[in-house]
Amino acid sequence: MDQRGYNYYKLRINTIITRLMIDVNKIEKSFGDAHILKGFSTCFDKGKTNLIIGQSGSGKTVFLKCLLGLFSPEKGSISYDGKTYANLSGREQRDLRQEMGMVFQGSALFDSMTVEGNVMFPLEMFTKQPKDEMEDRVNAVLKRVNLIDAHHKYPSEISGGMQKRVAIARAIVMNPKYLFCDEPNSGLDPKTAIIIDNLIQEITKEYDITTVINTHDMNSVMQIGEKILFLKNGLKEWEGSNKEIFKTDNAAVTDFVYSSELFKKVRQMYIEERN
Amino acid sequence: MKSLILKEIDELIFGSLGIIIFISFFIGGVVSIQTALNMTNPIIPRTLIGFATRQSVILEFAPTFTSVIMAGKVGSYITSSIGTMRVTEQIDALEVMGVNSLNYLVFPKIIALLFYPFAIAIAMYVGIFGGWVAGVFGGFSTSADFVQGIQMEFIPFHVTYSFIKTLLFSFIIATIPSFHGYYMKGGALEVGKASTTSFVWTSVVIIITNYVLTQLLLG
Repeated sequence: MDQRGYNYYKLRINTIITRLMIDVNKIEKSFGDAHILKGFSTCFDKGKTNLIIGQSGSGKTVFLKCLLGLFSPEKGSISYDGKTYANLSGREQRDLRQEMGMVFQGSALFDSMTVEGNVMFPLEMFTKQPKDEMEDRVNAVLKRVNLIDAHHKYPSEISGGMQKRVAIARAIVMNPKYLFCDEPNSGLDPKTAIIIDNLIQEITKEYDITTVINTHDMNSVMQIGEKILFLKNGLKEWEGSNKEIFKTDNAAVTDFVYSSELFKKVRQMYIEERN
Repeated sequence: MKSLILKEIDELIFGSLGIIIFISFFIGGVVSIQTALNMTNPIIPRTLIGFATRQSVILEFAPTFTSVIMAGKVGSYITSSIGTMRVTEQIDALEVMGVNSLNYLVFPKIIALLFYPFAIAIAMYVGIFGGWVAGVFGGFSTSADFVQGIQMEFIPFHVTYSFIKTLLFSFIIATIPSFHGYYMKGGALEVGKASTTSFVWTSVVIIITNYVLTQLLLG
């Protein structure tokens, strides 16, 4: 077994011991002749912010959509808490999806509903709670994402950062076990992006959920990357934490993460300081 | 689901009543005037104006002509609203939540459009009334002649035939635009293209269905 295989199995055994949540096994996905995901395995831990990084076209979004059950992989499997998605019935798959929350890149809020309506939507669809209980829950999650005076505004009337917060509130309103985010801070200024990153990390700890974030943002990688999966050409090139990414010798990772001269200098200084 | 169906009835049916009434009134009026102007032979009774208006409106103008207009108005709305949801990942959001998006978005529209025959019934009344207004106030016919013409040789099955057509058209108006919106790919420009394509296909299918049904039911 080579070093990469050893590391993978070590990580996998550790995760099984410490509550495995999402287990991906040799997943493959193609569209026509384009082989997007070429058979890699990984696992995402509970209570951690797991980041997927890689260049455009590396297969990040396809992988995330496979995790969400929106695409079916041709080979391999994805298990949630030991339940293999492909082996579940249609009804069970739908039930499992109700345990997932998703923050889309463009927020994907329902235009015709107010902020309150958007957040209340999953409760109205899947619970039989009285209206006042639903309102209490909506108020609680909106307060949690620091949105207090926007209940009756429509998505088009609020800023991009606020839309992301509403999307996060909608994603957590049902107390999900799994939270997926597709580039949650794209199009946001650096300060708001860090606020959103921190919010996602706080919620991950607070609700003890498995969070998987698809990102290009290196600030996010350094800030909240408790586990980072680097994809290249549909394969897993590297995985580790935000501390390990400073020390890695993997050329593909360092080329991607430290692409600017400034980042290269910062890394050099960090390594020298550690030594 | 009940509130969704009521919302769709409000948007698709009540929201279209204005244009349906407007079109029907003037089409009825034009049919009445055209019939009168083409009756050059003095032995043809003036009651024919009312008779021709009633037959034209009930058999074709109310169900078919209005449905083609509705394919443009309601069909484009359905395609663009569902298409925009597809483009902005709102449909993906529904799927991720565990909502059957096809059922959530399309089923209420199909149910709402079951009320479309009521709108067509209004179109029939308004169309004939438009014909009476144009015929009487235009000096082409007396009110008595027109009303007698309306009652002449009335075959109730023609109304049944008209409502059978309307029910099928309502299904076509709900489903073809939904298909074009739900399965569209691309961005904002493609939403516009999908709306146009859906209008063309909905109209074509309505016209062909109209021909086949007329042959089957009246032929």
